[in-house]
Amino acid sequence: MAFNLEEVRPSRPSLPPTAEADAPAQSAIRAYLLSRGNSAVSDAAFRWLMLLSGLSIFAIIGIIAGELIAGSRLTLAKFGLHFFFGTAWDPVSGHYGALPFIYGTLVSSLIALIIAVPLSIGLAIFLTEMCPKPLRGPLSFLTELLAAIPSVVYGLWAIFVLAPILRDHVNPVLIHLLGWTGLFAKPNFGIGMLAAGVILAIMILPIISSLTREVMISVPRSQREAVLALGATRWEMIRMGVLRNARIGIVGAIILGLGRALGETMAVTMVIGNRPDIVKNLLSPAYSMASVLANEFTEAADSTYLSALVEIGLALFIITILVNALARLLVWAVTRGAPARAS
Amino acid sequence: MGVGIQVEHLNAWYGANHTLMDITLHIPANEATALIGPSGCGKSTFVRCINRMHETNPIARVTGTVRIGELDIYADVSPVEVRRRIGMVFQRPNPFPTMSIYDNVASGLRLNGFRNRRVLDEVVERSLIQAALWDEVKDDLKKKSGASLSGGQQQRLCIARALAVDPEVLLMDEPASALDPIATGAIEDLIHSLKGRFTIVIVTHNMQQAARVADMTAFFSISKGGEGERWGELVEYTTTETIFTNPADKRTEDYVTGRFG
Amino acid sequence: MPSRYQPSALHRFRRIAANQLASALAIASTVIVVAPLVAIFAYLLFKGASSLNLAFFTQTPKPVGEPGGGMANAIVGSGILLALASAIGVPIGIGGGIYLAEFGRGTRLANFIRFTADVLNGVPSIVMGIAIYALVVLPQKHFSAFAGGVALGIMMVPTITRTTEEMLLMVPHSVREAALGLGVPNWRSVLSITLKTASPGVITGCMLAFARVAGETAPLLFTALGNEFWSTSLGEPIAALPLQIYVYAISPYNEWHRLAWAGALVLILLIVLSVALVRYVTTRGVLKGTA
Repeated sequence: MAFNLEEVRPSRPSLPPTAEADAPAQSAIRAYLLSRGNSAVSDAAFRWLMLLSGLSIFAIIGIIAGELIAGSRLTLAKFGLHFFFGTAWDPVSGHYGALPFIYGTLVSSLIALIIAVPLSIGLAIFLTEMCPKPLRGPLSFLTELLAAIPSVVYGLWAIFVLAPILRDHVNPVLIHLLGWTGLFAKPNFGIGMLAAGVILAIMILPIISSLTREVMISVPRSQREAVLALGATRWEMIRMGVLRNARIGIVGAIILGLGRALGETMAVTMVIGNRPDIVKNLLSPAYSMASVLANEFTEAADSTYLSALVEIGLALFIITILVNALARLLVWAVTRGAPARAS
Repeated sequence: MGVGIQVEHLNAWYGANHTLMDITLHIPANEATALIGPSGCGKSTFVRCINRMHETNPIARVTGTVRIGELDIYADVSPVEVRRRIGMVFQRPNPFPTMSIYDNVASGLRLNGFRNRRVLDEVVERSLIQAALWDEVKDDLKKKSGASLSGGQQQRLCIARALAVDPEVLLMDEPASALDPIATGAIEDLIHSLKGRFTIVIVTHNMQQAARVADMTAFFSISKGGEGERWGELVEYTTTETIFTNPADKRTEDYVTGRFG
Repeated sequence: MPSRYQPSALHRFRRIAANQLASALAIASTVIVVAPLVAIFAYLLFKGASSLNLAFFTQTPKPVGEPGGGMANAIVGSGILLALASAIGVPIGIGGGIYLAEFGRGTRLANFIRFTADVLNGVPSIVMGIAIYALVVLPQKHFSAFAGGVALGIMMVPTITRTTEEMLLMVPHSVREAALGLGVPNWRSVLSITLKTASPGVITGCMLAFARVAGETAPLLFTALGNEFWSTSLGEPIAALPLQIYVYAISPYNEWHRLAWAGALVLILLIVLSVALVRYVTTRGVLKGTA
């Protein structure tokens, strides 16, 4: 900005603290400030820019939804709802049924939840209610790290470490003990539905457990003290004072973990076996919605094939949106009353 | 030099609450005017109407006119321009936590685009001298952050920051309420040395403080209407001496003698 | 002993037993959770460190059968992708956070944006990949680093928006009032005072978003695609560390497996380093001192 130096320089370099000597410099500063005008235009522009950034969230969701719907128009029109109930996936002969992928996604996520939910709630209880102070920091740091490991690294570990362990040590035991259920039977490759479920469980553990912790911490002290005052043991205090008050939020945390599991791509693709069959045996190879996208999207030669894949993506998008929205609402319902961060 | 403030028929609301009812008040230039009254009487709202800070709350509303010198601040200019002419010191010291002492004092000019280093140096020094803080901080102006000072020093830093933009009016909203007695004394001394050069309006809940620093004093009170309505209004405005020795209104007398219910 | 006291004794025993059992289970689950993590890290360190060498950082991949080679192109590619992603995601994300905290506070629109951002955070990354494929790759008719950067950048937006908002809300109201009282233009006061006061936390949020997309593979599969050779052009397919790890991991060659482990170690170290840094900054309470 233009500012005349001569105009503002005080008549004398020294500064005797008398009103008269100050006057020239001070009035020049006042003149400068008064010359600045109001900032209505720049303020309005700034406000609009920030609003636009905020609205970009809607734009992103809108663009994703728009592109997915546009891309899957062909199969939406051709197969309608039958697409999701067809069991045959054979692009060469033009059969597009998405049920094997939906089945694989649901079952592997279910296995993940069955393993991860008790463990993560146990971990959350340990960390919030029982953990000695010096251990709390390192342990929560470790679980944060677990959340920071990229999916592809989990997949790498699952291929070369987890799958062999399952094949050689876990699966034979399962076949022996629980073979009668039909859920565990040969052939035993190591990779398959169970391996996918286990790696998913490890991946969603940190989310469920950290959100559960957040919800448990937000239960007011008075609730715990009320139960303790009745002479309850620690477990009874946790069960009645904490878990009962936090249960809606914990359900939200679990559903959020489910949302993650449903959309998880790389690690699952690397160990699920990638075979579009619907079988009861959890040890046999399967396929998931995200995996089929990762594997076949770039090789989809004709437009129907591509459209079918985009439609699977659309289904995944809608499911995860609904699951996440539900989870957020539940978590909010509980943590809303928590002590506010803002001052 | 300061200018006078003419307030005519000022009304202010917070949501449905009528905080100030029809205030007319003429504040003389280059004198210290104290606003006293029970809590909830609207004295803080009143000073916040003088620099248009009241309207930063989305549910707040104002009517009436306020003139700073010749300028009708609700008609002629934008809020930003009003606030550049008027310095404000808040109840709790609020230096910018990320800034050094120097940057805090220079912020009013810098953030308005002023870049001349030499002039800034001079303004910072003069403002800190005026705020009686210079001797305590001159050695680590740019090393220490404003938040590292003691509460009383922080408040004087905030006064220096307000003085640096060379205001015509200095508004102080209970500037010593968060300070200990010694720091309070320093602030009062400061007000004494500043009046004569600036028009000072000081809100205080402490009557002795008003008696010590102010030339003029306005007494605000809460009036109650039917159906639980309450509003703040101006009861009496005269020289400080008269308010404390010979008030015209019974309510003023009750308040200054401690009989207020 | 009167019989009516017996249930009480049994009851007490059961309560104590339940308490002990619950404690044991909580401890056990902690051990079970920590074990695989330690296992993953130990194995990664062991496998990765033994495969790391200078060639890994300086050479491009060798054809199948030839020993040696490295991921220099993938490291540079990841750098380019992440720079582009940050250039898109950071300003938009921070802008959105500023809107939520400074302008939209308490409005229905802001609540809706906040909610949508949280939901968007949960949309699978592969779905983002498909959308960007249709939006950028199809019209251009070729895969490109640009498309990959856009996909990653968009993924950063919701995370940064939410953390920026939370951090801005931690800035005391008195600081905002001080700026307003000086007659500073609003945009100036938001950027130079509020945002600057919250900057340690805002940077933390950006780094977390960065660390998250740094390891993303799925959205790059059909945008950046990957590249065996050197490429730094935004218009060409480009290599990325996670993509390369994926390709090598599912290959049948031992030499490539070795490189995949080395790549995973490098990737993890980068991410752990930034997460640790973030944790250091946040637990030091840079912000708490001002509240």
